[in-house]
This record gives sequence, structure tokens and C-alpha cells, in this order.
Amino acid sequence: MTTTSLAVGSPSARSLLRGRGAALLLIAPALGVVGLFFVAPLAMSAVVAFRGKEGGFTLEHFAKAFDFYTTDLVFTLAIVLVATLLIGLVAIAIAGYLTLGGHPRTVALLRWLYRWPLFIPFVVAGQLMRTFLAKNGMLNHVLIGSGLIEPISAQSLLDWRGIVVAFVWKQAPFVTLLLAGAMAAVESQHIEAARNLGAKRLRVLVDIVLPQVRGTLLVGLVLSFVTMLSVLSVPLMINPNSPTMVTVDVAYRISTFADYAVANALCLLSLALAAIGAVFYLRHAVARAEGAS
Amino acid sequence: MATLDAPAAIGLRTWSLPSPLATLFRALVLALLAFAIFGPLLNLLLWAFAERWYFPSKLPLEYGLTYWHRVFQPRGNALASLGTSVWIAVLTVIVSLAVAVPAGYALARLRLPFRGAILLAFLLPQAVPNLPVYVNIAQVFYQIGLNGTILGVVLVHASHGLVLAVWIASAAFASVDVSLEEASRNLGASAWTCFRTVTLPLAVPGLIASAIFVFLESLDEFTGTYFVGVPDVTTLPLLMFNATMGGNYQISSITALLLLVPSIGFMLVVERFLKSDVLAMVGR
Repeated sequence: MTTTSLAVGSPSARSLLRGRGAALLLIAPALGVVGLFFVAPLAMSAVVAFRGKEGGFTLEHFAKAFDFYTTDLVFTLAIVLVATLLIGLVAIAIAGYLTLGGHPRTVALLRWLYRWPLFIPFVVAGQLMRTFLAKNGMLNHVLIGSGLIEPISAQSLLDWRGIVVAFVWKQAPFVTLLLAGAMAAVESQHIEAARNLGAKRLRVLVDIVLPQVRGTLLVGLVLSFVTMLSVLSVPLMINPNSPTMVTVDVAYRISTFADYAVANALCLLSLALAAIGAVFYLRHAVARAEGAS
Repeated sequence: MATLDAPAAIGLRTWSLPSPLATLFRALVLALLAFAIFGPLLNLLLWAFAERWYFPSKLPLEYGLTYWHRVFQPRGNALASLGTSVWIAVLTVIVSLAVAVPAGYALARLRLPFRGAILLAFLLPQAVPNLPVYVNIAQVFYQIGLNGTILGVVLVHASHGLVLAVWIASAAFASVDVSLEEASRNLGASAWTCFRTVTLPLAVPGLIASAIFVFLESLDEFTGTYFVGVPDVTTLPLLMFNATMGGNYQISSITALLLLVPSIGFMLVVERFLKSDVLAMVGR
């Protein structure tokens, strides 16, 4: 290892490409791809949604979107909010036990168990739940078999509940992974001190650990919130009939009517829903990026 | 009581429940969780090997491999889709890494004007719903003849995968010890030699992780392909979707299994590639 005194004054790796032009040159292709295939289409969405037949400004597409799809907009927001809330609770419970749990074997088992759905794609999660939650699916068979419900009261969960279950099943492990990582980094002295003072585990979790990992939890939940808003496959496979999620309506406007105007109006409305979450996320991320550089 | 054993307090049981009851409670919760996670997967496995499965019966009436033969027949749709999916994913990795590695290096090591704004641009595709993007790309691609082509799908996948790749690549470069680079430079290596023989090899595990992430994301991508790939590009997720919507649960379950293998495989090894020192640098 060289000492820093040796490095000072010699041409360091940093200095060779010190020119800002070189740095920009290295980053330009990546920015170009994002600009061309992400930012430009996004801007186009805003234009198409407000453009009338003669090219002038109009709000008629939004009027139509609200006319036809107000229920679905509310339905979408409600589903995604409920799912986000449940994901948060599940993630806190699992990550909390992984960090504070008193039974090593249970902790190890839980750590092995919770992450299975982590990289399973949404489209597969949709397919899994479509057969698992159906009226004659495995869930009902198990519930009937264990005597918890009567065969006659078995019902299909393939409606809003199915979508929520699929979302939580798929996204909770992701938030748990982030959260457990952050919790592991919490100073163990803080936890020990509180435990020594007689605090119960739940108190330690709520009062000591959670406040320190709030940022991570927020990022995980907002990312999940935004992701779920634009998932098409799960609602399409579990609950394609009205009321359904806005993504299904967008696909329907395009595949059936080639109606890009109303589709884009719907897209912008779901963007507005996401904007609430995205603002939180970007603010946190930028603050971190600037704080660290 | 237990608080007396101060140093190991975290690892000690201080539940007020008596021990057998606590054990029972733990076992019950774990069992419920295991059922919630593995139940749907087990259901899928049953469907993949079910020859006949009608309404009132709890389990398939007959097991067999007929549908596997159908999926894997030499000129079957599934094998063709698998080939298309893997080809698209490989191209996506190449495109993404080709632009993400230089960008990641610049973000990690060089002085960059507007660094905050650039980081923000690389956040956008993760922080904004992608649906409007796909819808409008599909419209443009349709006009210039890129709809229904492999290139069109690769461009859509890459614009999204790229973002993850830039973040992980930048973290991988940032976690390389600067003093090692300085040592090689002091010994007379040119900047390029230093990058090629010191920085790059040390960053390779992180870069492999980002390549795997991009590959998986492309392999599993549904919505973009749904809008841009139709009608000529049928990837595995689209084939699975069509089979499900057509009520052919055996075919869709087998296809889903094919998609699950790389996903679960990666879940099991991810930590080998994405070490905590790299993870700690993500977003820095």
C-alpha cells in the first residue's frame, strides 16, 4: 500500500481525466439513451394528452378519461395504497425479527424463507395467484381441509384482494431486504442500552430501530408504490374486468381503439398519483447523493 | 432478569410467554409464512405436472409429462420464445453495460458538472411509472418500423436496465481503493493501463452483478414487450401470459417454471456477487 504522502504530487488516477469534457463524454451515451427512450416519450405523453384533433390545446381527453375511468382511478389508488401499507407492515415485522429476534434458529429460518419471491417477475406472480386464489384453488382447498371454512362459503379472491395479495407477495421481500440491511447497520450499543434499561423488543423496534431506518423504509415503499402503479400483467391476469386498474384501461384504449390521446391522459393521471411518492423519493435520494459527494 | 446478562442481551430470550407456548407460537407463524410463500409455488408445480385436474378434486387426477413434451417439441413455441428471450436479454446486457460502465466510472471517479442533475436523470426510470413511456415509444416505433423487431425491444429494455447498471457500476468503481490505483500510477502505469489492470478487475464482481440484474430484468420484462414487441416478438413472459389467458394452465405453469429457475437461482447467489461494500456505495 502506498501512503498518501507518496501519492500527493504524483499523477493520480483521478487527475488523468480531470477535464470535465472527458467525464461528460463518458457519460453522454448513457444520458443519450435515457433521454431518447425515456424522457422524450414521457414528454410526448404530455403533448399527446393535451392535443386536440386540429392540433390545438384541449382538455377533452381528460374529460373523457374522468368520464369513463374515475372509478378505476380511485380503485387503483386504493389498491396500491393498501398494498404499500401491508408491505410496510410485513417488512417491519420480518426485518424487525431478523434484527432483534431472540431465537437464532427461527431467525436463520426466517432469513432463508422470506426472500424467495424477491426476483420472481410480476407476470409469474400474477399467474401463481390466478391459480392459487381461485375458487377451486389451493388456498380454498387448504382452508376447507383444515375446517376453517365450509365448502359452501369458499369464494374466489380474484378481485381487488387478489391484486393486493400478488403485490404484497412480490414486493414485501424487496422492502424487507432493504430494511433488514439498514437495521443491521444500526449501532448495536443503542439497542443493548435500551434492552439493559428493560425495554421490550417491540419498544426497541418502534422507539430505537425504526426511527434510524426511516429513510430506507421510505425509499423501499415509494419504489414499490411507483412500481405497482405501472404493473400491467397482474391486474390483467387477476382482475381484468371493471373496476380494474388504470394500466388495464390504458392497454384497452390502445389495443381496441388505438386511442392514444385518452390513453396518454390516463397515463398522466397515474403519473400524478405517482408524483406524490416520487417527490418524497427524489428528495431523499438527491439529499443523500449531495450529502455524500 | 435477563437484563443482567447485558452483553448478550440482544441474543437472549426475554419473551414473557412461557417457553413451550413461545415455541408453538413461533412454529405456527413460520408455518403460516411458509405456506404463504411456498403454497403458490407448490400449486404451480402441481399444475406443471397435471395431466387432468377438474373442479372438485383437490389434487390433479393424473400426473404426466405430456405437456412438457408439447412445450419442448423441437419446433414448439416455447423453445422459440425462450431463444428470443435469451437473445434479447444478452443484447440488452451488451448495450446497457457498454454505456453504463463508462458512465459509472465517470460518476464514481471524475469531476462531473451537474452531478446532482445527472444522478437525478438516472433515477427517473426507476421513480416514474413506465407505462406512458412504453405507450409512446410503441407509437413512434410503429411509425419508423421498429415495432415488432428485436432491436426495438432491446432498446426499450436497455433504457430501463441501463439505470440499474449505472448505479451498480458506479458503486462498484467507488468501492475500489483509490490508493491501489495511485500505487500503480506511481510505478509508472499509464492511466489506461491502470484502469485495465487495477480498477477494472477489482470492479468486476460488481459489474457481473449489474449484468445479471439487467439480464434478469430483460428476461422478465412484460409491459414494454407487450406494447413494443407485438405481434412478431413473443418472449417467454408473453407466451406465458397468452397461455394463462387462454386457460391453458399446464403450458403457462411450465413456462412460468422456466422463468422461475434463473430468478430463484440468482436470489440464492446474489450476495456472492453483490458484497456489502458495494451495496454500501449504491447511490453515493
